[in-house]
Amino acid sequence: MQAITKLTGPILVLEQENIDTDQIIPARFLTATDFDGIGEHLFADWRLDTNGEPKPGHVLNEPRARRSPILVGGHNFGCGSSREHAPHALLGFGFRVVISSQIADIFRSNSQNVGLLPVVLEADQHAALMQMDGEEITVDLEQCNVVVRTADGVEHCWPFSIDPFARHCLTRGLDRYEFLNQAEDAIVAFEEKR
Amino acid sequence: MSAAESLFDKLWNSHLVKAQSESIPAIIYIDLHLVHEVTSPQGFDLLREKGIGVRRPERTLATLDHSTPTLPPDANGQRPYYTEQAHRQVQTLRDNCNEYGIELHDWDSPYRGIVHVMGPEMGATQPGMTIVCGDSHTSTHGAFGALAFGIGTTEVGHVLAKQCLLQSKPKSMRINVTGRIPENVTAKDLALNIIRYLGMNGGTGFVIEYAGEAIRSLDMEGRMTLCNLTIEAGARAGMIAPDETTINYLRGRPKAPQGEDFEKAASCWLQLASDEAAVFDSEITFEASIMRPSITYGTDPGMSLDIGEPVPLADSKSHEKALQYMGFEGGQQMNERNVDVVFIGSCTNGRISDLRAAANVLSGRSVADHVRMLVVPGSESVRRQAESEGLHEIFSTAGAEWRLPGCSMCLAMNGDLVAAGETAVSTSNRNFEGRQGSGSRTLLASPETAAASAVMGCVASVSDLDSVENS
Repeated sequence: MQAITKLTGPILVLEQENIDTDQIIPARFLTATDFDGIGEHLFADWRLDTNGEPKPGHVLNEPRARRSPILVGGHNFGCGSSREHAPHALLGFGFRVVISSQIADIFRSNSQNVGLLPVVLEADQHAALMQMDGEEITVDLEQCNVVVRTADGVEHCWPFSIDPFARHCLTRGLDRYEFLNQAEDAIVAFEEKR
Repeated sequence: MSAAESLFDKLWNSHLVKAQSESIPAIIYIDLHLVHEVTSPQGFDLLREKGIGVRRPERTLATLDHSTPTLPPDANGQRPYYTEQAHRQVQTLRDNCNEYGIELHDWDSPYRGIVHVMGPEMGATQPGMTIVCGDSHTSTHGAFGALAFGIGTTEVGHVLAKQCLLQSKPKSMRINVTGRIPENVTAKDLALNIIRYLGMNGGTGFVIEYAGEAIRSLDMEGRMTLCNLTIEAGARAGMIAPDETTINYLRGRPKAPQGEDFEKAASCWLQLASDEAAVFDSEITFEASIMRPSITYGTDPGMSLDIGEPVPLADSKSHEKALQYMGFEGGQQMNERNVDVVFIGSCTNGRISDLRAAANVLSGRSVADHVRMLVVPGSESVRRQAESEGLHEIFSTAGAEWRLPGCSMCLAMNGDLVAAGETAVSTSNRNFEGRQGSGSRTLLASPETAAASAVMGCVASVSDLDSVENS
């Protein structure tokens, strides 16, 4: 898992609320036994026609989409199924950060496990960001803030909170499995006690 | 005396391998790990990478359900897999279960079924347990007074390797449902009413305990339907305290304790109920007696209405987009639109009581000519029981297709599809855009409503059907 500490780049805004994991990666792409190449199927039903060709005019088919490391989605991003294919598809497409005003529980935990940073902002800050499609922002996971410069030249620094353990693992690219492995004695003791 | 605990507190505390510290979440022990073909292959890869085995194969139970065909094998015994890749995925699970010594309910098992139907039927799901699966509808098992939730594939690997998970404790919510459930209202309707109120994110960050007179009156299958749909309000887990209904359901099931052991276990299970003084982070009360048969009209399970009400006017861009996708206009009566497909099945409503309810409506009636209806039992046990009661004949005579068990059209990854632009009344759990196939339009409802709609050829409740026939 690639570490993520501070990232600057243009944002890509998807206005839709409640973007569910069936949209992010439709079920028909879940039969593979690895995650290789899954990014090509990201938002397949929104982005691609029935022949698998890009639909002209869709924001995700603009050349800038592949250069935007930060996706800003409407309220309640990632709801629905527990498929880890969803954060893998976002990563495979080129995103490293997803920002919303609410992120679904399982999607959040899956993202943190695979190295996609989920950021939840206050509703008014999120609303402001939704109006800034294409603007460059900085997401700083060390400082836990999002820095944006608005059209009038004012710089805003919006803090976000994230579980300290998730932050610890993401900033160092740590695999959580190692923490379970280190608890082996406690696991054995628990099993013996039962 | 120790502080008052909720059912959730008791489950959480009794599975703590290591309490949460300032820097690391709690480590909780997992009693039962359910596995299926879609979300497990990359989990097994972790074992290979680390060169280790499955820590507790006896606490791991596998089945084939998501990408399996529901049509029988051809003359050469070949199963009609939708894609070669789907076939390979099934073979991968078979290989993994062989290699690591995991009990797999393959095609030849009399128990094979949808993971959330099979676990309870076998008595593998028991009160007081922690249960996980790489599937969001794992919340189903909370109906037994278990802490059960869906996990991602990385965590599937963690549980295979360590039988444990790193978890921060969610907040708790109690939903009290008072009053008597009207006779024509099902557990599905109850759930749709609750999700309509909470919205599809109202439960995010919470574990929900359902309590109250109406909940106690539900049988186990109704409780499973309700807990199953808890994730559709954003909560990872739903649960109901065990009572005599729970114990009577489990007695005699093959994986439940037997004889004296069962009675001992049962008396422990009854102690799991929330203490009188238990405190919840949030508490909401619903009144069951005013609920009506419901159906969704939009593209998330929170967008539902009482059958007979007009489609609400759009109040946001997202709402407008949903109506546009579904081909509805605000103010429209839903029964104006033809239904193309009816699907009875899934981990939400694919159990024997669901099939009986649908068969009861279809008995002596016919599916409308323009409707294609699929009935997919949730498991081999459900299929056997239904066939012994002659339900399959009622379905076939009415013009519905009787299929083999599996997830089927709920998520349409096995080739059982709703075509683009078609409208399906479905007893499943998600009406997201394209959920039942690209461009498909899904209306979620109870088995009774789905069957009545199949006969009428448009959205209809059972009482709509009765009044048309009696007029």
